[in-house]
Amino acid sequence: MSFFDMGGYAAYVWPAYILSALALTVLGIRSWRALRRVERLVALSENPEKQT
Amino acid sequence: MRAFTALLLRDIVLSLRSGGGAWLGAGFFVLIIALAPLGLGPEPALLKSAAPGLIWIAALLATLLGLERVIEPDLQDGTLDLLRMSALPLEFVVLAKVLAHWLTNGLVICVLAPLVSPMLFVDAKALWVVAASLLLGTPGLSFIGTAGAAVSAGVRRGGVLLALIVLPLNIPALIFGAGAINAVQHGSDPRQALLLLAAFSLIAAVVASLAAAAALRLNED
Amino acid sequence: MLHYANPQNFLNLARRLTPWFFGAGIAMIAVGTYLGLVIAPPDYQQGDAFRIIYVHVPAAWMSLFVYGSMAVASASAFIFKHPLGDVAAKAAAPAGAVFTALALATGMLWGKPMWGTWWVWDGRLTSELILLFIYIAYIALWDAIDEPTRAARMARILCLVGAINVPIIHFSVEWWQTLHQGVTVFRTDGPQMPASMLTPLLIMALGYTVFFVGLLFVRMRTEILARRLRTLRLNIEGAFA
Repeated sequence: MSFFDMGGYAAYVWPAYILSALALTVLGIRSWRALRRVERLVALSENPEKQT
Repeated sequence: MRAFTALLLRDIVLSLRSGGGAWLGAGFFVLIIALAPLGLGPEPALLKSAAPGLIWIAALLATLLGLERVIEPDLQDGTLDLLRMSALPLEFVVLAKVLAHWLTNGLVICVLAPLVSPMLFVDAKALWVVAASLLLGTPGLSFIGTAGAAVSAGVRRGGVLLALIVLPLNIPALIFGAGAINAVQHGSDPRQALLLLAAFSLIAAVVASLAAAAALRLNED
Repeated sequence: MLHYANPQNFLNLARRLTPWFFGAGIAMIAVGTYLGLVIAPPDYQQGDAFRIIYVHVPAAWMSLFVYGSMAVASASAFIFKHPLGDVAAKAAAPAGAVFTALALATGMLWGKPMWGTWWVWDGRLTSELILLFIYIAYIALWDAIDEPTRAARMARILCLVGAINVPIIHFSVEWWQTLHQGVTVFRTDGPQMPASMLTPLLIMALGYTVFFVGLLFVRMRTEILARRLRTLRLNIEGAFA
């Protein structure tokens, strides 16, 4: 249990790690989604007949 | 050289004629100084210790005024295209514009600041440092400001963007300028801060004229 | 090398490399987090609070590294008139701003138990804050100019002026610090740390860097395709006009 307690500094250590993980994850997912979206749009524009 | 002088005079006349001209920046500067006691309270000791920072923050904000009119109108009415084709190198065009802005804005602040500083209880023997720091620093502010104006010219509602670009880049002038006045108020030698301030203005002059000239050269669709 | 200066060749290369960079970056961050949180011993002065170093210093390092990369990319775009440099700088900027914000946030979380306050006008935090403003101004300039070629040229110039100014700002802030003494700065200098503390830090920093490269590839691909889309649309509109 002492691991989660972080020697009394849990209120600072965990938010720092969670915030970092969250920010990097959101950045990664958002960038990835933007790429998927623009890839779809390019494919659509290059072959308009394929629209379903 | 004649083209340079002609451009300089034209820009000075234009800035004096358009909506208040030089008095706008000066009035804004005095206004900020007058607002400070109303916000901070009239306590002389407090105002005196806040004075260096207040004077320089006011200078930073007041030099922003008028920057929008340094490049933008020339871009809109096509003067910039003529300047691009003229024999005068664009670096000198920039220099003329910076000089015109400084003469109608920075210089007026330099003259006014020692007159209004006593309102913040700055000692009489510190007033020369107020004037000297502004004289050394405001040219740098005009240089960086003109580069910012050249880069953001042609942008809709570019005023806020201009402030966002220029203010962080001008932070060294704020630090050294306020530092010089602070030093003399605490009885130490302000010369180191003044030298650093002069160095900032020199570097700003070189970097900003090159940057602004490049921006003018490339600012076309 | 010149082969990949062609946007199409770059796209192909980036598409193949992206998963590797993401995978390696995430793996290194995971290992570094494990070593930093579990294996590294607590600091004899700061206890377990020092573990924040493993997310703070890599973010601070990235905030500078990303701006440096943007400056190199902008300079190469300026000299070689090559659009890929602008694309790289534009794609990197939001990531750099996020790293800078993370460095500030984790710095505050570290400062609270160590200094007793969330914010101290310490030289590093102050410089980091100003750097964040510069990132925001750069991103705002891109957003404000509609026409991509003109936006790219102006952003290039701003990025380079910023790159020259950042060391000057840092120097002035350091100078200002010596003027107003009384703030204790924690030491984050590596060499006197024991290896068990230093290794996770290096792994984390490397992990962040590799992850950023993966991110950069994704964002650059997005930007290149968005430009292609723009020309396609202009052509279609032209055909109907």
